[in-house]
Amino acid sequence: MVVKVYGPAYASPKRVILCLIEKGVEFETVHVDLLKGENRDPEFLKMQPFGSLPVTQDGDLTLFESRATMRYFAEKYKSQGTDLLGKTLEEKALVDNWIDVEATSFNPPIYALTFQILFAPALGLTKDEKVIQENEEKLAKVLDIYEERLSKSKYLAGDFFSLADLSHIPFTQYLVGPMGKEPMVKSRKHVSAWWDDISSRPSWAKTLQICPPPM
Amino acid sequence: MALKLHGVAMSTCTARVLTCLHEKEAEFELVPVNLFAGEHKQPAFLAKNPFGQIPVLEDGDLTLFESRAISAYVAEKFKETGYDLIRHQNPKEAAQVKVWMEVESQQYHPAISPIVYQFFVAPLHGKTPDEAIINENLEKLGKVLDIYEEKLSRSKYLAGDFYSLADLFHLSYTYYFMKTPRANLINDRPHVKAWWEDISSRPAFLKVASGMNFGEEK
Repeated sequence: MVVKVYGPAYASPKRVILCLIEKGVEFETVHVDLLKGENRDPEFLKMQPFGSLPVTQDGDLTLFESRATMRYFAEKYKSQGTDLLGKTLEEKALVDNWIDVEATSFNPPIYALTFQILFAPALGLTKDEKVIQENEEKLAKVLDIYEERLSKSKYLAGDFFSLADLSHIPFTQYLVGPMGKEPMVKSRKHVSAWWDDISSRPSWAKTLQICPPPM
Repeated sequence: MALKLHGVAMSTCTARVLTCLHEKEAEFELVPVNLFAGEHKQPAFLAKNPFGQIPVLEDGDLTLFESRAISAYVAEKFKETGYDLIRHQNPKEAAQVKVWMEVESQQYHPAISPIVYQFFVAPLHGKTPDEAIINENLEKLGKVLDIYEEKLSRSKYLAGDFYSLADLFHLSYTYYFMKTPRANLINDRPHVKAWWEDISSRPAFLKVASGMNFGEEK
């Protein structure tokens, strides 16, 4: 039975899809339309009671939370494809550390910006300029810390590409693309070089090709 | 060389790691960080965690921050001793533990943390708890707890019928929340209440709770 990933059009599911492609694992996708509220259907809520994307099925295992799911597949398929967790327990700990930085410090402001700038209009809401400004400032401070970190190591967890870098790709694409905030990345020399590197991986081109975003 | 945990016993995130260390029976030294003197914003500390937050773990050459990542590392490094928090020999169970660890981080924490902040930290800055922020987050927390109530009616703990790191992650913030006038959110939901009473009475947590006296009169 092939792995199924629900909601490929959106950003969070793309973390799982990137991981599967990097590990050379076959999968299918199932479209879920958030604007139609398909994530609130009783059938969907049975799989994912919080109603968010992605949901991933691996045989009789149903998983949600993209970061938990990518960690699961990276471990399950440790011996094939790209090494996404480092080679030692210590390297894996650094990967985990920087995945959590993405989750607790990078994601909240960039998610708020994504919602305000890209999704609010589609939902008939007015953009809140104050929220946008506050979150741009928060994100800028995080990127300053990344700039310093990436001046000392090629990738976030060390000198190897890992799930920590991968976790940033989908929402950063929104930032430099449809949100029009590329200068936030380009103005930071090491962040810029890091972004160019990770976003030019074949797995990302493949992801965008098979799962085009809704805008 | 023993592990060094930089932090303070009364801090929620330090307590998260301390609980894990006790469950794993790991030897460690708690190195106090003088938050009131701003030690965590000084260059020496920022060199360990550029975000200027506690806790930080030092294990020989390895320096880690983010309490959940530190806890996961401790749980794996010491997987052969103490209680098995990560179900390391059962991949399907281990996967569910990962899921509910993220649920704590992405659903539970964002709702409960502002409430704890308003009741415990705001007064230290001379502010009265902001009712609007509290109420907004109580509503969010209530919805999350409704989902927990349903889940815990089907399994004893969050990831299955076994205590795990996913349950442990909830302890420290919930401990402070239960000291606020809003503890009814937990107590009014029978399965959540039973789960809370169970996980908060584990010896490893009781050791840590005795140091969690934030805001108490000396």
